[in-house]
Amino acid sequence: MTDIAPTGTPAKPDETARAPRRKMRLHIAVFLAPAVLIYTLFSIYPLIESLRLSLQSSVPGGEADYVGLANYAKLFFDPLWADQFLNALKNNVVMFCTIMVVQNPIGLVLAALLSLPKVRFTGTYRTLLFMPTLLSVVIIGFVWQLILSPLWGVTDGFLRAIGLAHAYKPWLGLEGSALFTLSMISVWQYVGVPMMLIYAALLSIPDELIDAARIDGLRGWAIFWKVKLPLILPTLGLVGILTYIGNFTVSFDLIYAVQGALAGPNFSTDVMGTFLFRTFFGQQTQLGDPHMGATVASVLFFIILAGVSVYLLAVQRRLQRYEM
Amino acid sequence: MKSTLFSGAALAAVLVAFAGSAHADTTLKIESWRSDDQAVWDEKIIPAFEKSHPGIKVVFAPTAPTEYNAALNARLDGGTAGDLIVCRPFDGSLALFKKGQLTDITGLKGMENFGDVAKVAWTTDDGKQTFCVPMAAVIHGFMYNKEAFKEVGVEVPKTEAEFYAVLDKIKANGKYVPLDIGTADQWEAATMGYYNIAPVYYGGEKGRDELINGTAKMTDPKFVKGFEELAKWIPYLGNGYQAQSYSDSQNLFTLGRAAIYPTGSWEITGFKANSDFEVGAFPPPVAKAGDKCVISDHTDIGIGMNAASKNKDAAKAFLEWVASPEFASIYTNSLPGFFSLSSAPFKVEDPLAQEFISWRKTCESSIRVSAQILSRGEPNMDNQMWVESANVLNGTETPAEAAKKIQDGLASWYPLQK
Repeated sequence: MTDIAPTGTPAKPDETARAPRRKMRLHIAVFLAPAVLIYTLFSIYPLIESLRLSLQSSVPGGEADYVGLANYAKLFFDPLWADQFLNALKNNVVMFCTIMVVQNPIGLVLAALLSLPKVRFTGTYRTLLFMPTLLSVVIIGFVWQLILSPLWGVTDGFLRAIGLAHAYKPWLGLEGSALFTLSMISVWQYVGVPMMLIYAALLSIPDELIDAARIDGLRGWAIFWKVKLPLILPTLGLVGILTYIGNFTVSFDLIYAVQGALAGPNFSTDVMGTFLFRTFFGQQTQLGDPHMGATVASVLFFIILAGVSVYLLAVQRRLQRYEM
Repeated sequence: MKSTLFSGAALAAVLVAFAGSAHADTTLKIESWRSDDQAVWDEKIIPAFEKSHPGIKVVFAPTAPTEYNAALNARLDGGTAGDLIVCRPFDGSLALFKKGQLTDITGLKGMENFGDVAKVAWTTDDGKQTFCVPMAAVIHGFMYNKEAFKEVGVEVPKTEAEFYAVLDKIKANGKYVPLDIGTADQWEAATMGYYNIAPVYYGGEKGRDELINGTAKMTDPKFVKGFEELAKWIPYLGNGYQAQSYSDSQNLFTLGRAAIYPTGSWEITGFKANSDFEVGAFPPPVAKAGDKCVISDHTDIGIGMNAASKNKDAAKAFLEWVASPEFASIYTNSLPGFFSLSSAPFKVEDPLAQEFISWRKTCESSIRVSAQILSRGEPNMDNQMWVESANVLNGTETPAEAAKKIQDGLASWYPLQK
């Protein structure tokens, strides 16, 4: 992988700047068209439809009525809905913090180790560490359910073998530990993503910079802290915001696969995604409500939008980017 | 150019041939949540129908039980659902009928084979229109490992006291998990737990009616008693039962590692195929000797017609056949444990299924307490039963707290409970 490290800044596209303006505009339209069309059709249009749905209400079989923000008021102030909503939001925040604190530092350390020139078999490690990311979340959920199972799992026996027989608990079934356990499973699956991103950023740091730092008298850790880390900060920011978005969207897959739509025990693993699914599609004898479901989805959209905006406007602008 | 023309003609000929064959055979697709029954439908039920109805092909296309309602609603709304819809009981199907997605079949030939009780789960509140043909009811109870009982030296318990005495003996013996139920999937706690044992205490249909009329509350002692019994089960459950899923429980029992399995008659087929010991069954224990037993005999499965089906005549022919005594006999005997609701006489051959259905003679039958009307609002009572029963079994809530939460939920929307 080291052979594809960039060696210099790309040439400035001076030629296009001199071309006539009108022609350039046409180019822009032509090149943007496919992405804009597809994005509009499959992303923006459904989003607007979903927002429209959230402003309506209907009885089964009846026409939809425009109700303004009544659905949002119900979600935020009706105790029945607000409790579920706050619980789901809280769980999402807890899961996000856990993953931020555990997954991304581990990803950073793994990337730093892999990028050391003296480590052997880096290709193998890289593949192995990235492998779980490529597996279906249903498989991941099932495998971990089996590993942790009190009946057939290896965890109990393993802990017994190393003299920690009492340390075993049915973690996925206890209110206190279920969410943390799921967060750890998610970390295990997705640690390869931050690792790869940070690894690529580390590789793109030119050797001359490191050599220069050495000549200036820096050693080992100091090179990492004072030279490499500042250079990869924009990537770390990107990893952070990807974790944020992923936590609100991807967390659903794992929790639905392992705990079901009721996100047990006692809603202790209920996140916005499972709450949305239950509301929109229904659950066993509970009927789905597309309008309340769309309301939950819209709130989720605004939460993600707010987070991404804060990042883009407040954080990313302050991150110093260095020409390498 | 010539070769293009030629292959074009050949293609057209092939297409015409296909269209011709498609016209001769109407294919009906059945939506169901009983994926466990695929083989029985493919090998027994569908061939029997196709034999007497040439020209109609039937495909049984089930979805996983936990996803069925959501997937079916989405498919009906999107216009991609099958011609025949296997109906969940009560409000789920009633809502589909009100939305115009199920056809009114009140006058269907063969409906006279079903009594009012059989049809209640698929009839409008005013009792005028029926929209699904009743297929089967399931009966709740306890299954037990006969060899384990012999080894430990216990008899089938009839009263509460005997039930716990048996459990104590099995626990002392140490070889078997006394009571095989987990809370990971939550629904077993309600379905095999509360819905199974509680009717005896609240007086079956009478208690259920009182709750619907508003003359009784979930917090009344007779309704709390069911949760109290669940709480007493805790010491007899397996290690780590909080993370034990439904399929874990099934495997634990069929591998012969558990003695008593709170369940319903739908397990009979699977357990017969997967266990190498003899399985027995007993109804939920009564409070004291001489009390009348009450069983949960839940009208669980019906079948209706998708109002948007393009093959209505064929679908109607299928429903008429489902309403016939021939189907009642084939269905009940190829799926022992799903008891036809037909009043036409039919014979049950499987001994374990016979045991279950024999309770209909000695005990009062009742349907699940949350099934009719009470799960219509928000919060959904059935969902609450799942969560609260699981909480009680997990020991994170007292029986009184669980009952109060359900009563509060009911009172928040149901006028007669306010």
